[in-house]
Amino acid sequence: MIAHLPALQVIIPLVSAPLCALLPAGRAVWLAAMAASWLAFLIAVLLLDQVLAHGPISYLMGGWPVPWGIEYRVDVLNAYVLLIVATIGAVVMSFGRIIVERRIRLPESKQSWFYTAYLLCLTGLLGITITGDAFNVFVFLEISSLSSYVLISIGRDRRALTASYQYLIMGTIGATFILIGIGLLYVMTGTLNMADLAARIPAVADTRTVRAAFAFLTIGVSLKLALFPLHLWLPNAYAYAPSVVTALLAATATKVAVYVLLRFFFTIFGAKFSFETMQLDKILLPLALVGIFSASVVAIFQSNVKRMLAYSSVAQIGYMILGISLVSVTGLTAGIVHLFNHALMKGALFMALGCVSFRVGAARLDRMAGVGRVMPWTMGAFVIGGLSLIGVPLTAGFVSKWYLIVGAMEKGWWPVAVLVLVTSLLAVIYIWRVVEVAYFKPVPEGQAVREAPLALLIPTWALALANLYFGLDPSLNAGVARHAAEMLLGVGQ
Amino acid sequence: MKRYTIPRLGTKLLLPLILLFALYVQFHGDYGPGGGFQAGVIFGAGFILYALIYGLDNARQLMPPWLLRIGVSLGVLIYAGVGLVGLLLGGNYLDYGVLDHHDPAHGQHLGILLVELGVGITVSAVMVTIFYAFAGRGR
Repeated sequence: MIAHLPALQVIIPLVSAPLCALLPAGRAVWLAAMAASWLAFLIAVLLLDQVLAHGPISYLMGGWPVPWGIEYRVDVLNAYVLLIVATIGAVVMSFGRIIVERRIRLPESKQSWFYTAYLLCLTGLLGITITGDAFNVFVFLEISSLSSYVLISIGRDRRALTASYQYLIMGTIGATFILIGIGLLYVMTGTLNMADLAARIPAVADTRTVRAAFAFLTIGVSLKLALFPLHLWLPNAYAYAPSVVTALLAATATKVAVYVLLRFFFTIFGAKFSFETMQLDKILLPLALVGIFSASVVAIFQSNVKRMLAYSSVAQIGYMILGISLVSVTGLTAGIVHLFNHALMKGALFMALGCVSFRVGAARLDRMAGVGRVMPWTMGAFVIGGLSLIGVPLTAGFVSKWYLIVGAMEKGWWPVAVLVLVTSLLAVIYIWRVVEVAYFKPVPEGQAVREAPLALLIPTWALALANLYFGLDPSLNAGVARHAAEMLLGVGQ
Repeated sequence: MKRYTIPRLGTKLLLPLILLFALYVQFHGDYGPGGGFQAGVIFGAGFILYALIYGLDNARQLMPPWLLRIGVSLGVLIYAGVGLVGLLLGGNYLDYGVLDHHDPAHGQHLGILLVELGVGITVSAVMVTIFYAFAGRGR
């Protein structure tokens, strides 16, 4: 069975999704979904372990040889991203049951479908990451996107429907652009296998078609990953989705899109074409900087805390893209390690907010007065996540910021390093606003709020503690990220 | 629609032919144009025609929602299940060649037939489900 792990990584959630649709709502369907997502986590751990020990794994779907058949190819980079997605998928699923039963606008008879959509979303995200076939990326992208539109639309607030529709329109435009890009590449090379594409593109690189494909892919993927100024769908989608869904999507969906960007720029087109011929870094760098700065400032003025964190996500995506646009080993390491760390911090923060809104009713700032005293554990996890988001030493966030600043200084780009520090201070401001209200404002009269139930607290704290652990011992997150960065740039191997 | 004899009678005449044609497209997909997607749509369209002419309630008796729920899931399970059987018989996932260990070509044939059947079931169930969802609004 070990040899089939790459297929099982995607198949297990895929098969469990229709099974969940057949089960009645309640504990059984949740347990089935739990089993599937934790199995996926286990497989991701085994895959990363194998890749680190023995190098890339190739799996041929249906036994059809490359480049005719679909190949699943696991190397250090996507084993790392698989681990991120599967970990978050499993932890958030553990968190999900109570939220689904009480906080989602779905009649009980339809609650099983939530798990189906969740597992399909997970299938899509894992599939995008693991596949070595460019068209397969599009197929899985659609699976994950369609299910995430559904997941967002079942938020309690009716505005979730318009948010979901907005995301549907933008996401479909993005996916169409990606499809056009892949189609143009297919026209020029006659192949869809990523490794084969990488070998054939240089011969035809100097044509308008390939350049157009590059442009379509860049814009399409940037829409999916919410790169400034294509981020407008994100704040509403995150703010109005149920907290389980926000935690899942914020921690995984944009990360996977960043992975797709890395795969296309570095593996398929090659760093030389992307950054020397097309000079993409000159576009990405200013967009990343403006995105970080403007989204952080906007975040300060939000009264809905979920929306505030959503804007903060746009800023964090800017940090990842900033790391990539440095096009150096340190810069790429910063970008890749931030995929991991941001998943941990945003997962913890959104889950803590989920606990708050479970008890208080809404994640609005004016409703959170004094919750720090009545819900000490929940807000404790929020503070740890917040410190990590700011990048305080001894948290995971510090590791990413450190690499980012070192990477900028290696290039001699002092202003960029300074801007990273300044925007971290902006994060201090918006996290502080929540802390101030939660700890220093009196609890309103007559409000009976208790600590969140353990079933919510345990997964939240698991991620919060992971933020501390990976800040103290960055050998797994930063070590593997550096390995992946060296592989992408083709150095040090 | 009760007083319109021609559409009612026309539907009665056409319905078996539509469903039969869907099965033809389904199982002849190996040799000619067709396959699970097209067949599923035609099959679903047959039920939708029935619902349009004879009303949603009659259609719901003919094709109850609980059956659709099973159909939607079952097709995916058949597809993925065939792949898993290949995996258990020693091939890679979705390798149909191992389904028949005397003649791999025959195994490939069987595999694609079952997979397309799964596609057909899911597509037709999804078509009718979407129609019910739209037609049932505001009731």
